[in-house]
Amino acid sequence: MNSVEISHLRKDFGRFTAVADLSFTVKQGEVLGFLGPNGAGKSTTMKMITGFLTPTAGTAKICGFDILSQPIDAKKKIGYLPEGAPAYPDMNPEDFLTFIAEIRGLQGDIKRKRVREVIDKVNLGNVAHQSIDTLSKGYKRRVGLAQAILHDPDVLILDEPTDGLDPNQKHEVRTLIKNMAKEKVIILSTHILEEVDAVCTRAIIIANGKIVADGTPEQLEAKSPQKRLDDVFRSMTM
Amino acid sequence: MDNINIIFKRELNGYFSTPIAYVFIVIFLLLSGVFTFHLGGFFGRGQADLQAFFTFHPWLYLFLIPALSMRLWAEERKSGSIELLLTLPISITDAVLGKFLAAWAFTGIALALTFPMWITVNYLGSPDNMVIVAGYIGSLLMAGGFLAMGSSISALTKNQVIAFIISVVVCLMFILSGLPMVLDFFNGWASQTIVDAISSFSFLTHFNAMSKGVIDLRDLVYFISLMAFWLFANIVFIEMKKAD
Repeated sequence: MNSVEISHLRKDFGRFTAVADLSFTVKQGEVLGFLGPNGAGKSTTMKMITGFLTPTAGTAKICGFDILSQPIDAKKKIGYLPEGAPAYPDMNPEDFLTFIAEIRGLQGDIKRKRVREVIDKVNLGNVAHQSIDTLSKGYKRRVGLAQAILHDPDVLILDEPTDGLDPNQKHEVRTLIKNMAKEKVIILSTHILEEVDAVCTRAIIIANGKIVADGTPEQLEAKSPQKRLDDVFRSMTM
Repeated sequence: MDNINIIFKRELNGYFSTPIAYVFIVIFLLLSGVFTFHLGGFFGRGQADLQAFFTFHPWLYLFLIPALSMRLWAEERKSGSIELLLTLPISITDAVLGKFLAAWAFTGIALALTFPMWITVNYLGSPDNMVIVAGYIGSLLMAGGFLAMGSSISALTKNQVIAFIISVVVCLMFILSGLPMVLDFFNGWASQTIVDAISSFSFLTHFNAMSKGVIDLRDLVYFISLMAFWLFANIVFIEMKKAD
């Protein structure tokens, strides 16, 4: 059973506490929406779960592998789209994805087939041979997404996956996420509340590095008299 | 090992997919030619060797190597791709070595392209080719030393210009510590052991011996341990600074 277990995660930058004692568990089949205002600690948390940042205290277990003591095994399980979808700008998407596939241990025909599959899946076909720095924001984001799902990971961590996409592209990405949800653990951060209704089975709202609400989107909406997530979000994070 | 190889390939291809490779190689060949024939007085020496060519390599590398190494990590940090790289299932050591080896191989390619110089000297006279081979090995090792320093310094900043300037200064110190003017300054009051220690840190002391054809184990150990030290520092710096 795939899972992400986060226990007492904390990150201090100097005297500033970005994330304070965060604990939660996400199981296979769940799509967790990670909500919060800018600076609430969403990205910092994701950077710790994926092993980029070392936590001040606490740890995360990815399918049983501890990110601090077994980082390579844990990272093999994760597909990660960092904030801003960084890539190597002077490569083209096909070469870039081939590089990622090699690092992920794919070889030969399987590698080529898999790279072609993800290029189709995120609709990169017509720009596959164009250098990444000439691509629009939407295409760059899709390159990042393709890179994250390339090895069919058990755990998918997406930092603002639909940021900068047009409505059609947003719809495509959400459909993609929903289709993968069953056999994976998916954690995505967003500050677009409609996205939570559209794809998430569970939402956590954090503010100042702490969890202020945790439940299904319906449960959270029920907390406001108008049954609107916006109101809940505002009342909890202001 | 596989991971180092994959990163090595990507990095080395990266040089040739941008103008960096061509600019670097052209400037390197041009300057080494100018230095050899004008400053080094290749023809005037009347000797069939490449001393005039190798003598200027430390000074050539002083500016060209930091120009190559400045982007190694500073660029990754600036663009955020370091986050992608270090969340892939590889160790920091793999990433550092892969990048370093690619940069070193690239310098090796540039150095190999100076072969017309070797042909010329063989055409004009009959040099001791083993001395020339030793010179090339020494030059490559020295380039590796400069690169390891530059790579390490590049890991400390997001700004490539800062990485360049600091690398030049650090490399300069490693060159100058072997020059008489620096050693004379210490000669007056420091004990001979200290003067020897300072001079033994110099690239010049070790490289000059090799460029004259003497491959001494101590010089090899010097360059290899210098690279090992700076690459280790590189790993530590990335661990410390990756997320800043």
